[in-house]
Amino acid sequence: MIINESFSEGNTFIHRLDPRVKLLAALLFSVVISVSSRFFPLFSALIIAFALLISARLPVKIVLLRLLFANLFIFLLWIFIPFSMKGETLAKIGPLIISKEGLYYCFLLTIKTNAILLILISLTATMPVFTLGRAMNSLGIPDKIVNLFIFSYRYIHAILLEYKRLKEAMAIRGFHPKTNMHTYRSYAYLVGMLIVKSHDRAERVHSAMICRGFRGKLYDLTEFSIKRTDFIFISIFILCLMVITLKQWPILIF
Amino acid sequence: MADTDILINLEKISFFFPDGKRVLEDLDLCLNKGERLGLIGPNGSGKTTLFRVIMGLLKPTSGKLTIFGRDMIHKKDFTPVRQRVGLLFQDADDQLFNPTVLDDVAFGPLNQGKSPAEAKKISREILSSLGLEGFEDRITYKLSGGEKKLVSLATVLAMKPEVLLLDEPTTGLDVDTTKKIIHVLESIDVSSIIISHDMDFIQRTTGTIYGMVKGKILPDKGEYAHSHVHAHGHGEVPHTHSDISD
Repeated sequence: MIINESFSEGNTFIHRLDPRVKLLAALLFSVVISVSSRFFPLFSALIIAFALLISARLPVKIVLLRLLFANLFIFLLWIFIPFSMKGETLAKIGPLIISKEGLYYCFLLTIKTNAILLILISLTATMPVFTLGRAMNSLGIPDKIVNLFIFSYRYIHAILLEYKRLKEAMAIRGFHPKTNMHTYRSYAYLVGMLIVKSHDRAERVHSAMICRGFRGKLYDLTEFSIKRTDFIFISIFILCLMVITLKQWPILIF
Repeated sequence: MADTDILINLEKISFFFPDGKRVLEDLDLCLNKGERLGLIGPNGSGKTTLFRVIMGLLKPTSGKLTIFGRDMIHKKDFTPVRQRVGLLFQDADDQLFNPTVLDDVAFGPLNQGKSPAEAKKISREILSSLGLEGFEDRITYKLSGGEKKLVSLATVLAMKPEVLLLDEPTTGLDVDTTKKIIHVLESIDVSSIIISHDMDFIQRTTGTIYGMVKGKILPDKGEYAHSHVHAHGHGEVPHTHSDISD
């Protein structure tokens, strides 16, 4: 693929599962875990997510690198929440008070985020993006949103290439960015040209699609089929989710 | 000739841009069944606009357009036309948008309502007829210019069109790929209109050649001696030659 989709290239049982089943599982997991707020279900969820990641045999190093980027945002929360959340005082740094509740909250948030990210990586990133779009479509997401999703993905790279080409064209005519009006104006022209060119390109691609009979719905060559392993997987998955959130059912239901 | 033999008929078609720029002016053109028309003309003479009008991508300012015996008035009139007329775009990058070659070639047949299995079969057949076996899983984005053009042609041919409109199919291609395209066009029996600057290519692939200047079709006036060392029709219209003689 244009953007590296290396995660989708494996051939484990996770990769072979029906895309709709995987998407549904990821969705259920994300919703249930995001409303959970106790240590046991969240920690168990993290373990389930890790187990799936390992079964999908994804390159651990690259996965961790991706998690690192997401955890940079979480890190910001660690800086502010322990000081701003009211509760039992754990330590004092000058006038600032670190609360026990604040720390615990950050800890749970970190587990929660990573568990959901790991599930998304091991279930939804293990299929090509076009297939993901099709799976979304068959689970009832409207055509327009799916098309928007697929085409954004498909053409982000084309826009980047165009940007590089324009920048090179500027550079070979001796352009060096400086802090002056000429630089600002040139960059503004670059961005403007990029928007105009992308728009024109989109029109031409759309025209070409219309000429080949496109009427708003994308079809695909992959045929989905629910197999026995899909049934077993989704059953065990839902069972696990139910067991780990057992104590929270009253909260979830009411 | 019986009316049923006329596939595409343009009567006094004009197209002006909103700023008043005249691209097509009172243009008459008729494509009969089995006919191969060539169109040569300088950049900006309205050739591409002509194709866009025929496909219903642009609405002519005035004039009458008839395709397969039906008057084209509303946008929806063109929906069945697009299933039967194939347009090869000038820029292959505009035509190819699927991740893999097979997906892209199958796009048209799937839109025609074919099942995935049928679409796959048709696509494979077309690809192998163009000498593109083994290209199925190649990434469209990473193909070379010539390969892109051939795959684009495959995406159009996969819809089994009755009429082919080719917009500068050989621009920027090397001699070998150009020869390949000539070979493909000679081997299929489809009525077509071909736009090209390349006089040798257009003479090999079409029967009648028209010149186009400033939105108007020039009549075929026969051989016209001009400043090359050779003579052929439309010598007065700017054009190039490629060395494709075998």
